[in-house]
Amino acid sequence: MQNNKITAWATPFFHFGDQCLALLSDLGSMGLFLLSAFAGLFRRPFRGREVLRQLSFIGAGSMAVIFFTALTSGMVLGLQGSYTLKKFGAEGMLGSAVSLTLIMELGPILTALMVAGRAGSAMCAEIGIMRISEQIDALECMAVDPFRYLISPKLLAAIISVPLLTAMFDVVGIYGGYLAGVKLMGANSGSYFSSMMLSITNHEIRIGVIKSFVFALLVVWISSGRGYFVHRIRGAGFGAESVSKVTTQAVVLSSIAVLIFDYLLTAVLL
Amino acid sequence: MTYSAAAAEQNAIEFVRVSKTFYAEQGRQHRVLNDVSWGIPKGKTTVIAGGSGQGKSVTLKLILGLLKPDSGQILVDGQDVARMGQSQLRQLRTKFGVLFQGAALFDSLTVFENIALPLRERTKLKEAEIRQKVMATLETLELAGHEEKFPAQLSGGMKKRVGLARALQLEPEIVLFDEPTTGLDPLMTLEIYRLFERMQKQLGYTAVIVSHDIPKVFELADRIVLINKGEADVFAEASQIINSDKPHIREFAEKTMGI
Repeated sequence: MQNNKITAWATPFFHFGDQCLALLSDLGSMGLFLLSAFAGLFRRPFRGREVLRQLSFIGAGSMAVIFFTALTSGMVLGLQGSYTLKKFGAEGMLGSAVSLTLIMELGPILTALMVAGRAGSAMCAEIGIMRISEQIDALECMAVDPFRYLISPKLLAAIISVPLLTAMFDVVGIYGGYLAGVKLMGANSGSYFSSMMLSITNHEIRIGVIKSFVFALLVVWISSGRGYFVHRIRGAGFGAESVSKVTTQAVVLSSIAVLIFDYLLTAVLL
Repeated sequence: MTYSAAAAEQNAIEFVRVSKTFYAEQGRQHRVLNDVSWGIPKGKTTVIAGGSGQGKSVTLKLILGLLKPDSGQILVDGQDVARMGQSQLRQLRTKFGVLFQGAALFDSLTVFENIALPLRERTKLKEAEIRQKVMATLETLELAGHEEKFPAQLSGGMKKRVGLARALQLEPEIVLFDEPTTGLDPLMTLEIYRLFERMQKQLGYTAVIVSHDIPKVFELADRIVLINKGEADVFAEASQIINSDKPHIREFAEKTMGI
């Protein structure tokens, strides 16, 4: 009787401890996963063709969605900026406001979120299906390193393509801002570009580039890691259901991670 | 049958006092192997049978080092798999070929690319030599003409044959078959068993078959291991199972062998 009382009283603590251990184990696995993915980049044979395929999927395949997101974001910034700056008589700073916002914040963030939604979800689902259908076990049994074979090409392709997509986002966004602010709202074209050139230095560009590298890493790490460990994630269920749940989780987690790291990087680098 | 040092010398794989328990949520535990010792003889076919959830597939994963035992040793050619690091395991796995339950073919690769994968990844053969070797295997396994198909375009039996072709590419010493006839009709099952028998005689590998397909699969067996409630009982032939005086073996025989 006494034992039952103690057990009932302690159950929430057991449950809490159990959850903490599961979380620590999960974090440890994900940490080792990232290290193994990096190590896989240096193992032979190098999978150059697969890297090109992933560059095409993550990079070239995302260009259309990045183009439209960048154009509309830039146009909204142009309209809003023009409306707000007019109130302070600072319309001449429109180019500066649009370009700083895009290069340091919106470019890296929205590119990463678009890549997480488009390529990250596909990566997670592909690897998750390979896990539940024993294809990853088959690789291990053939003594083929699954990290070198599957994960490292995706990591390398994302690290190359996401900063390039971000650069494209910035350029298209700035042009979108020009279309809305100058062509539609009548701001001065010369001051749009000159204020931009005066306010953007290597420091701002460096912040944008560093952010895009870190975000690319986060998206690939979380998306492929969730897929890789689909069979070990608590509460994810089994089979196709587990892959669908974990894919949703991967997109949500990578988006949250991008936003949190954006704040941290801004605080450190600014 | 009890484990002995003399028998161990003839074995490709030995389980020495192996225990494995799985822990579920809320402290529930399921002991699948309880201090079991038995061996898999070299160059012969061993069938591992038992009810669902009794630890048959776990046994295969333990042999491959995909799972670690809680205690005991799993010796492959005298080396303990449980104590190996990742690079040693990778080296050890070159001795193995594995045919998975669902064949585990790579969906995005053609039949040819699936079979060529271990050769491309693990050998320094030139592309022309790989093509020659793969085409010869396709011919042997009556898969010629299907090399450009994707796994989704194959029947269940063909998938198993492609899986076997891939498993045999690196000329393994030991081939593990995990439920190789699941989902196949009786005729296809028979055809697959004949194929296993032919390939094993031709190549002389040690075969380990995990199967539910009782008693048909026993026809292939040189040794039968029954895993039940954490214990492993070893038999030389199916008739020994039928004549066993152990109650749980009798119960198993009655349920699965129709006696």
